[in-house]
Amino acid sequence: MKLDREQVLHIAELAKLSLTEEETELFSEQLSEVLAYFEQLQELDTDDIPPTAQAIYQRNVMRPDTTAPCLTPDEALANAPQRKGDYFQVKPILD
Amino acid sequence: MEFEAIIGVEVHAQILTKSKMFCRCSADVAHAAPNTHTCPICLGMPGTLPVINQAAVEATVLTGMALNCTIPSFSKFDRKNYHYPDLPKGYQVSQYDYPLTKDGYLDVQVNGETRRLRIRRVHLEEDTARLVHEGDTSLIDFNRSSLPLMEIVSEADMRSAEDTYAYLVKLRQILRYLGVSTGNMEEGAMRCEANISVRPVGMEEYGTKVEVKNLNSFRSVRLAIAYEIERQIGVLEEGGEIQQVTMGWDEAGLRTVFQRSKEFAEDYRYFPEPDLPPLEIDQALRESIAARLPELPDAKRERCVMVYGIRSEDARLLCEDRATAGFFERAVEAASERVSAQTVANWIVGEVFRLLGESGQGIDQIKMQPEDLAALLDMLAGGTINATVAKEVLEEMFTSGQAPDVIVERRGLRQINDQEALSAAVRTALDDNPGPVAQYLAGKEQVLGFLIGQVMRATRGQANVQIVTELLRAELEKRR
Ligand SMILES: [Zn+2]
Repeated sequence: MKLDREQVLHIAELAKLSLTEEETELFSEQLSEVLAYFEQLQELDTDDIPPTAQAIYQRNVMRPDTTAPCLTPDEALANAPQRKGDYFQVKPILD
Repeated sequence: MEFEAIIGVEVHAQILTKSKMFCRCSADVAHAAPNTHTCPICLGMPGTLPVINQAAVEATVLTGMALNCTIPSFSKFDRKNYHYPDLPKGYQVSQYDYPLTKDGYLDVQVNGETRRLRIRRVHLEEDTARLVHEGDTSLIDFNRSSLPLMEIVSEADMRSAEDTYAYLVKLRQILRYLGVSTGNMEEGAMRCEANISVRPVGMEEYGTKVEVKNLNSFRSVRLAIAYEIERQIGVLEEGGEIQQVTMGWDEAGLRTVFQRSKEFAEDYRYFPEPDLPPLEIDQALRESIAARLPELPDAKRERCVMVYGIRSEDARLLCEDRATAGFFERAVEAASERVSAQTVANWIVGEVFRLLGESGQGIDQIKMQPEDLAALLDMLAGGTINATVAKEVLEEMFTSGQAPDVIVERRGLRQINDQEALSAAVRTALDDNPGPVAQYLAGKEQVLGFLIGQVMRATRGQANVQIVTELLRAELEKRR
């Protein structure tokens, strides 16, 4: 199965990537190869095998509900591209 | 043509925990200054490792149990991918195909009829950061980021704004009974989105669904849904088509307004969260959570009627919240034999509720103890004080928390039952009011009330009204 141009652009949009014309063409081919590989895997009969989310068998890794000290606002904001007072500042969002 | 509405709701409720969902930052953020409750995990820094808060899992399972859900033995977290500045990781940790609980229901009363509204699932996820829109810029506060959030998804069983309102009120009541959430909609601790469609009665197919957001109070839920149903019917009656869109409730304009089109189906590309091992809710854990399930409002109300024999309307009011029901039950347990449970109910529903309303306090915040209310009602039943004085004493108990006998002694409020003392007061009242006495004797018996009032005033409200009435009648006859 070959991914068409529209599908590649949709995936790029979801990933917030802007692709050039050449890249679109290139990734269309590469992604198609990846898909072809998975199609091969799908030939296996897995009807009786439960889906596995993780390779390491671990269950119920939980912590008790206790608190620990937080960062100071200055520490939290240290990597902020822009700050205003003690807030992170971003471009306006319409909602 | 007649139409019917099909409504389903998604409710997000903040879970009351000490720490956040995946980190140990304090979850007590309601009145905190911006970005004071953060750490690398809830800021979404790369390379951090989230760890599940057990209390949040247990609160969700407990809620599922109270909502008659099944608790599957296997559950896991997934990443829901989308880009938005309130979600710096680029995904929200949520649950997709294996929620903690599913397939429940809630029975609600609508117009005197019981409606069973099914619940599809209750799952656990993390809250997003809070955005503040300020002119040409948006500001982000990460205090709310990664607070534990329960999502309660109903089936589309509701048919009216009243159904939905009843469902939400009952749901909030249960969340509060369980102590898992404040359920406060105005503060955003409980948020609601409704999916609404209409179709001609008798038609199998569903109409096009419209999502309504920004429902910030129970009142706006009721108004918004009623409005949206009418809007959709109006469009269809004029031969139009319903567009699949998201609408927002405009509180000021009292109407739903277009927010965005849903032309492109959301594409969240859920996949299993690799950082969080799955959960296995085994028999032992299930039982330990079930043991914490309190008596729920319906059961409590029925028991109050059955065991204490109080009126069902009073039982409904008293069981509205767990603290009030607890206050009532403690007072009844402490009350002497001559004080009936109905009397206790009457005083709480009447006087105590009035005082609570005036002071703006909750029953769990007041100083007055239920045992003291029982003692007060015993003094009233035994004739130590009369009803007027009892109300006065109750007011002081309410504010000071002092015991009733202490207040009565200190203020000298004991009821005067002494015939001789009262006779003197009665004679004085009659001597001082020759006009009304003449009216009474001329057949105008209503003035008796005025004369009783005179005696009560002279005795600072402490006279036994029954004795006063008898004495007045007798004395008036003598003067005929
Ligand atoms: Zn944190």
